[in-house]
Amino acid sequence: MSTNQKTRKYHISQRADMLSPSGIRKFFDLLASMDGVISLGVGEPDYTTPWHIREAAIQSLEKGYTMYTSNAGIPELRQELSRYLRDQYGLRYSAEGELLITVGVSEALDLAMRAILDPGDEVIVPDPAFVAYEACVILAGGVPVKTPTTEEDGFELNARDIEERITDKTRAILLGYPSNPTGAVMSREKLIDIAEVAKKHGLIVISDEIYAKLVYGVEHTCFATLPGMRESSILLGGFSKAFAMTGWRIGYACAPRDIIAAMTKIHQYTMMCASTMGQVAALEALKAGEEASNEMVADYNRRRRVIVKGLRDIGLSCFEPKGAFYAFPSIRCTGLSSEEFAERLLTEEKVAVVPGSAFGECGEGYVRCCYATSLADIEEALVRMKRFVSKYGRK
Amino acid sequence: MLNDILKILENDARTPPEKISVMTGTPVDEVKRLIKEAEEDRTILKYKTLVNWDKVRGEQVWALIEVKVTPQKDVGFDVIAERIHRFPETRTVYLISGSYDLFVLVVGKSNREIADFVSQKLSHIEGVHETFTQFVLKRYKEEGEIIDGQEEVKRQQVVL
Repeated sequence: MSTNQKTRKYHISQRADMLSPSGIRKFFDLLASMDGVISLGVGEPDYTTPWHIREAAIQSLEKGYTMYTSNAGIPELRQELSRYLRDQYGLRYSAEGELLITVGVSEALDLAMRAILDPGDEVIVPDPAFVAYEACVILAGGVPVKTPTTEEDGFELNARDIEERITDKTRAILLGYPSNPTGAVMSREKLIDIAEVAKKHGLIVISDEIYAKLVYGVEHTCFATLPGMRESSILLGGFSKAFAMTGWRIGYACAPRDIIAAMTKIHQYTMMCASTMGQVAALEALKAGEEASNEMVADYNRRRRVIVKGLRDIGLSCFEPKGAFYAFPSIRCTGLSSEEFAERLLTEEKVAVVPGSAFGECGEGYVRCCYATSLADIEEALVRMKRFVSKYGRK
Repeated sequence: MLNDILKILENDARTPPEKISVMTGTPVDEVKRLIKEAEEDRTILKYKTLVNWDKVRGEQVWALIEVKVTPQKDVGFDVIAERIHRFPETRTVYLISGSYDLFVLVVGKSNREIADFVSQKLSHIEGVHETFTQFVLKRYKEEGEIIDGQEEVKRQQVVL
């Protein structure tokens, strides 16, 4: 518990107090006070939502679709999503009872944790990983068990490392691939190994696949498609990244009936439903957004090649990210910690990146650079980073 | 691969082959060869600059002219279209469907200049029997670029 408790004017719950403030926040506060900063910090598309999607939402407002939807989400959206998952992966989730529309994957993740965890239950979480994973497990009363991943292994999670950490309290494995922050994509073989571990120990696998469409030259394997895994996994997905719809906050969860029922129960008490307008937009995205989405992905791929080559040319070793829109270069050659690197790079060269340590101990020695920003900005950021890295030398 | 290269160049004709090579993951010699071929077979017609003339002193008047013509035996519309597009005032000439046959975009210095072009040049061409001239009042979007396109930054800082 924090020592701040005594000096605070208001009582803050232990639960809230236990959460460490996001390591990213600090940089953004600093960043907000500066001009001329190129940000490779924010993990969201730089595109605005394609116009036809926005227009569908506008039309729904004009027609007066302003009321609650059913708790699980607009039936047409659930049906379309069910069809999409069948066409895309051959997965069959019924639109009635096996699929829930949520307020972004963030809510879906929270619901999943609260639906399956009892106090003290352990959840295997990769390290480094998206900052919310650990927090969501803790908020649901669980205990995150960090499982390291390394650059040498392409930041893929090894079944062996998972199995070593399994105790009689382990309830679930939380996967987030393609990965934020590393850009790693898990190979089908390694996922099969994890599926076997899950099966052997009777664990549920929660697979956050928000970046599923953002893969470059490799195939994304949906975890639920692996043998036997549809029945013991929770698939989380959303519209934010593939359709540039972060602000609409629409995600979804697919799982066996009992789990979705539990999640829906929590969802209806805490959220009622996802925003109506957002759901209408998501429906349009599913029906007609594929082309625009593919164009954006092709563009991310061009920027990905530019940033990875640029970082390597500067002298930073950079693992080749095959998914999401992040590069995760090692900054060890500068002799700085990742926080020092990010802080000095921001103050000295006005480039914002996120220290890898914000995503877990295994992220130390790396920084996350989001390349969902204009090519011109990426190039200018690389020029500034080059100056910075040569100043601190290569040790 | 050529398609990817063309898309990059269509968006920014000044992109050097070295950069295209990185963006597409293609060896630079291959990029150069493909561009050269495309130039030679006129897949790439020209490299030009998209200018916002509203920012520059000196009036420029645009007119969209639809033209009805009588197609000629054996050559159809092509010969008349050619007689029209040879005038340097014409920037674009299309054969179109609908109640007119040809679409002509003409750029001139004044309304008068365009009026003269229509009455003294275009309508005198044999086979042209009706024209419909529309002056452009304001350009909103040109070649995919929004002209007043400086949009405010909408991204806010967020923890994620």
